[in-house]
Amino acid sequence: MAQSSGELLLQPHTYPGRLIIVEGIDGSGKSTQIRLVQRWLTSLGYNVFFTEWNSAELVKKTTKKGKKNRSLTPTTFSLLHATDFAHRLVSNILPPLKAGMIVLADRYVYTAYARDHVRGCDRDWVRKVYRYAPKPDIAFYFKVPIEVSLKRITMTRQILKDFEAGMDLNLHPDPIESFRLFQGMILEEYDRMTAESGFVVIDAARNIADQQKQVRAVIETSLGTYSRKPRIA
Amino acid sequence: MTPLQFFGEGLPYIEPFDCPGLLITIEGTDGVGRTTQVALLREWLEVQGFGVIETGWTRSQLIGRTISQAKEGRLLNPLTYSLLYAADFADRLEKEIIPALRSGFVVLADRYVFTAIARDVARGLDRQWVRDLFGFAPVPHLVLYLKIDIVELIRRVIPRGVIDYFESGMDLGLGADPYDSFKKYQTMLLREYQKMADEFGFHVVNARWKPERIHMRLREIVTEFIRQRKFSEWGRVAPSGPDEPKSPGGLFTRSAG
Repeated sequence: MAQSSGELLLQPHTYPGRLIIVEGIDGSGKSTQIRLVQRWLTSLGYNVFFTEWNSAELVKKTTKKGKKNRSLTPTTFSLLHATDFAHRLVSNILPPLKAGMIVLADRYVYTAYARDHVRGCDRDWVRKVYRYAPKPDIAFYFKVPIEVSLKRITMTRQILKDFEAGMDLNLHPDPIESFRLFQGMILEEYDRMTAESGFVVIDAARNIADQQKQVRAVIETSLGTYSRKPRIA
Repeated sequence: MTPLQFFGEGLPYIEPFDCPGLLITIEGTDGVGRTTQVALLREWLEVQGFGVIETGWTRSQLIGRTISQAKEGRLLNPLTYSLLYAADFADRLEKEIIPALRSGFVVLADRYVFTAIARDVARGLDRQWVRDLFGFAPVPHLVLYLKIDIVELIRRVIPRGVIDYFESGMDLGLGADPYDSFKKYQTMLLREYQKMADEFGFHVVNARWKPERIHMRLREIVTEFIRQRKFSEWGRVAPSGPDEPKSPGGLFTRSAG
């Protein structure tokens, strides 16, 4: 199946707030970019809330333990992340959206679409599991060649984490080589959902300031009529 | 032998395999005597030489404790409640149930995804979403449903003294009174079970009967299934035989795509 059917796509929300998310492989620089967006919007007087992937306390211990002793299957890996997301969505993301705030999310359901499928789950099944999530108002995709991201990661911390290298997939015994293969597959998944999910693609190989300029321009246009003192739901 | 069938997408990363085992699930609310019936069935099957493995509806090694803690702290919303139980089930499915089925065991599941679906729908989740979520679950060969009515259910469970917070759906805000909440919640569960019983062809057994009579009826149902499927001896299926298990295809309607 080339593309998921329309009914599996996320539906736009009607909350007074705005939801802006960033996606990209590890080392794409997306976290840096969204931090700069947060600083900028806050300095303009907007109420901003930030949330990131896999950060809820609820399943953190389980996920950590499962990763450590390699007891996670693709399906349990997927469902634990789905639980984390559902928890953050209900507790952290929807309330500020309803209160008219700008929510910034470092990774969103698209991370699950890509990773879970690469680990072996069915594409449509993953989309169904996350079907209740609201469609972001803007989804930035920081697209970067593998070699660039690899260089960024190894320059700053020299060690690749097992899961960002996809070591659990047994693609290659060498972490660097495994990273190339794994992130390469993730890239393919991102590329394939770019059109259907309406990603704003940013060339993440460029310097930080240039990217940020482009990102801010997109947000400025999109915020258009959004008021700093918006209605609440 | 036939491959295991799944409600939806299944587990794509597992090679299809012939399934010499038998998956029998026993469904029903609290107070219908499921545990007793599982024990009796197990004994009966083992006497006949079948290898039997039992599995319940909670507490895998991986996630069991997280669920207990989260419930204690009341940290769960309907979505996370549903997803955590699904993760817990997936863990047991891949580590216990499927390996047992592959090696020819009879797996007796004390509750199965139907229980999860009933609970989740009662908690207000979209029925189709919950069914899609369990698209990775194998379709059981037999679903034995011990059916009870709300009056008898109340007569049996209330005298036990303690009404469990979640079993009475107190998290749903159906009312401050535990008894009223219990009654409303269990009524919703019964309605959902009935819907699935009709749709998925559960074998319905009257749970008001005496345990021995229920057991004899369950024996009949299992014997008939085994006879039809020529599931003859321990871990072996007669090589010939045109009868396929009743096709469950399309039980969980898949979206077009």
